Amino acid sequence: MMEIGLNHYLVLSTILFAIGLIGVMRRKNLLLLFFATEILLNSVNIAFAAISHYYGDLTGQLFVFFVIAIAASEVAVGLGLLIVWHKRHGNIDLDHMSTMRG
Amino acid sequence: MFEAIAFYLFAFLTTLMFFITVTTSQALHALTALAAGMIFISAFFFILGADFLGAIQIVVYSGAVMALYAFGMMFFDTTREVKEKNGNKYIVFGLSIISAVLVVVIFAAPIVTNNIKALYPMVKGAGNTQELGMVLFTKYLVPFEVAAVMLLVAMIAGIVLAGKKMDLSLTLMSDAEIIDAKKEKTKKVLQ
Repeated sequence: MMEIGLNHYLVLSTILFAIGLIGVMRRKNLLLLFFATEILLNSVNIAFAAISHYYGDLTGQLFVFFVIAIAASEVAVGLGLLIVWHKRHGNIDLDHMSTMRG
Repeated sequence: MFEAIAFYLFAFLTTLMFFITVTTSQALHALTALAAGMIFISAFFFILGADFLGAIQIVVYSGAVMALYAFGMMFFDTTREVKEKNGNKYIVFGLSIISAVLVVVIFAAPIVTNNIKALYPMVKGAGNTQELGMVLFTKYLVPFEVAAVMLLVAMIAGIVLAGKKMDLSLTLMSDAEIIDAKKEKTKKVLQ
């Protein structure tokens, strides 16, 4: 109970990942969908850092580094696309994006 | 002792904040709870001895990403209540639980077989940032450069997508020009 091991961190990471998945499945607003994807990426980051610490290996921390870089570029491109969509259609709901006309 | 207290405290706070993020109907509450959760996650990095990552987490997420999202919220008029999908709840929660179990299996499989060896072990007598730099600029130099190019591409894409027609200022135009621009905009925005 008092000794925090690797499994504690993996369970926490799984709980956060499940919360993120619930968010992805129940959100309709695309901006809030992006929030849920950020939660997914962060939960995986915790697992990487914990494994890196308990196995004495730096590879996990480097992967966290790259995951953060990918998350930042995802936000930039995603928000740009959302702005273009909002200028054209006036809303960012998923239901209005079911057709793929250009 | 203190590690356990800190772990449980921050685990509870992070879970609570992210739960608020995915369940609230106010976009502003979701944004604030997400920012708080990001900062609480950096506490785990500090507990785990990854000081550099903790600092990066605070700077990148609470600084850059949250600023971008705040800008997006101002742009998209998300002050109204967010309607949610009303799908079959049992399917949604069942899929969530199955996916979560899958994640546990993925992480537990290498631990059960117990064949993980440290590829780049931590160096004695060096700080965390120094260790990371030593591995990053030797073994992971090419992925580092590729990530830099990817960030450059993302920046250019953001400017190209969001900066279209931003040279027009509505305050400096006359009413007739604004109406003309609006007609043109509704006709075609993406060329």
